[in-house]
Amino acid sequence: MPGAGSSWGRWPQHRHRTIALTNRHEPLVLDESATLLPYGNGRSYGDSCQNDGGVLLATRGLDRYVAFDADNGVIECEAGMLLKDVIEFALPRGWFVPVTPGTCFVTLGGAVANDVHGKNHHRVGTFGHHVLGFDLLRSDGSERWCTPSENADWFAATVGGLGLTGLIRRVRLQLRRVPGPFLRGESLRFGNLSGFFTLSRDSDADYEYTVSWLDCAARGRQRGRGVFMRANHAFAQGTAPGTGQLRVPFTPPLPLVNRLSLRLFNTLYYHRPAARQPDAVWHYRPFFYPLDGVLEWNRIYGPRGFHQYQCVIPPAAAQESLDEMLETIAASGSGSFLAVLKMFGEQASPGLLSFARPGATLALDFPNAGAPTLRLLESLDAITRKAGGAVYPAKDARMSAASFQQYFPRWNEFQRFIDPRFSSSFWRRVSQDVQGETS
Amino acid sequence: MRRVLVVGATSAIAEAVAREFARRGDSLFLVGRRPEPLAAIADDLKLRGAPLAQFRVQDANDITAHADLVEAASVAMGGLDTVLIAHGTLPDQAACAASVERTLAEYQTNALSQIALCTLIANRFESQGKGTLAVISSVAGDRGRQSNYVYGSAKAAVTAFTSGLRQRLHGKGVRVITIKPGFVDTPMTAAFDKRGPLWASADSVARTIVRGMIAGTPVIYAPWFWWGIMQIIRNIPERIFRGLKL
Repeated sequence: MPGAGSSWGRWPQHRHRTIALTNRHEPLVLDESATLLPYGNGRSYGDSCQNDGGVLLATRGLDRYVAFDADNGVIECEAGMLLKDVIEFALPRGWFVPVTPGTCFVTLGGAVANDVHGKNHHRVGTFGHHVLGFDLLRSDGSERWCTPSENADWFAATVGGLGLTGLIRRVRLQLRRVPGPFLRGESLRFGNLSGFFTLSRDSDADYEYTVSWLDCAARGRQRGRGVFMRANHAFAQGTAPGTGQLRVPFTPPLPLVNRLSLRLFNTLYYHRPAARQPDAVWHYRPFFYPLDGVLEWNRIYGPRGFHQYQCVIPPAAAQESLDEMLETIAASGSGSFLAVLKMFGEQASPGLLSFARPGATLALDFPNAGAPTLRLLESLDAITRKAGGAVYPAKDARMSAASFQQYFPRWNEFQRFIDPRFSSSFWRRVSQDVQGETS
Repeated sequence: MRRVLVVGATSAIAEAVAREFARRGDSLFLVGRRPEPLAAIADDLKLRGAPLAQFRVQDANDITAHADLVEAASVAMGGLDTVLIAHGTLPDQAACAASVERTLAEYQTNALSQIALCTLIANRFESQGKGTLAVISSVAGDRGRQSNYVYGSAKAAVTAFTSGLRQRLHGKGVRVITIKPGFVDTPMTAAFDKRGPLWASADSVARTIVRGMIAGTPVIYAPWFWWGIMQIIRNIPERIFRGLKL
């Protein structure tokens, strides 16, 4: 069973020594030669939050508010604070986080280190675009305040830097004004991928948030069908969801996701009446965090865990490549209840290793069935590589070093910013020498 | 609005309790040994809703300074009606077994200094005719076990002392509350493997504590199921208990 320090995909499972940090003024403990890696709330899916045989610096104990400027919406917090706590502080005061991923159970430090994105990427870019500054502690004891203009090289390396450049202990973030907790918009069905691209193009100018759910089990003429949601923050009357939360109480011995349940769920989800709503009002929690309502949902994939695959494909190749991927996935009989598709905007990301870039991004889960799953993911990587796309390190536990180095051409430039005492299982895997291999 | 003094304010449970009070709009006066974390906690509590959050750097083992400390808290907050005594350590049992000095030092921190503060505050509350005095003891104080009997017996002293104090002040407007946390996931217990259903987070334990402090529950087990566990452990006959590896 995974314990403290496991990843969200629950595979691979490593052993670590964990040091719980609680004081943002304390120096790092360097009493042994093992390498260090900051560990937030363990929502990275693969091994980017793992440091096999080394030490995890658990940051959740660094969860204090430091300062808040109510006029300008600037909040400063310790880096182990969850986005959930930032939102619960900001929202009653008329502010909201500028960018949010699909779960609010991530730490601020993790959001910086993975330069996360949200459903409004086409309008406001990544999380890193809204970070005004952070403290970066290095193992030599030095601490730098990094902003887009001050220590800008360290800023660019650390945003999206996977925790390898040092420990982020304090983050200053620009919030955005909102009229309240509700969003207003539309939910529409599309019958195929070109329907998706048309809707995206038509929606991006008028809607801050756009995202689609995709039926990854559909084949033939139904392939690429899904449900498109678009919304803006709005004054609205609605009902807030209850605060009670469900929990998957234990790990079933076998994954609950299989060929049959997949087809059934996806077909029902596509045809449910709520898939088409011309004027919908959503509370922010079900809109942004549909899965946060079920605690420990990752248990449904059984004791062997699961992989998430998230890629981005440049616009020119997007439709053709996604079509090929969907056929490959549907033919495999694997896949997930929730496949997500979104168009990123044109804004260049702020980090040397940032994932977000112009194109279409697809994300979905696969129960871990061992070698067949790895083969399927490798065949998806072949499509991504050919299209000149990239795979998201925060979701990955298996991409090859050759793939990584093609996806992130600035990785070499990044290397000189890595703290000599910091490392991760992910980094040791993807920074291997690939000379002689072909990609 | 309560005016709350927290001694040992940088401990994880105490900080979580202080956050609960801050959220309810109560004032806080924090005491601890290290200025930087105290300042960070005080800033945080103000943003969480405390109208006032001040701190004082003081070692709770310095008993001669207790009267000053209590007075300073009362002056800062314009009165004092709620106190949480939360300072303590988790001694290395093996090291204590080998050293009289260490054993006595642990008693000083985990029993004597708490008892000294209790005496002072109880008398103050008695003369003002109101107040809530809550002290963090431990389930470990319910029975001495070989794995940590120095800590356990020090906490047993605190438990018995507060029990007597509670009787003495009953009917005088003063509530004395004994808090017995079970396994709590904090830096103090960093060395333990925390998987399993017995471990609770500091936040959930703090909510239980604050509810009990407001309701005036005399003895708070946190989480509650430790009451049942300790009933069983207390009732094992000594003849059997002495042979157990607990």
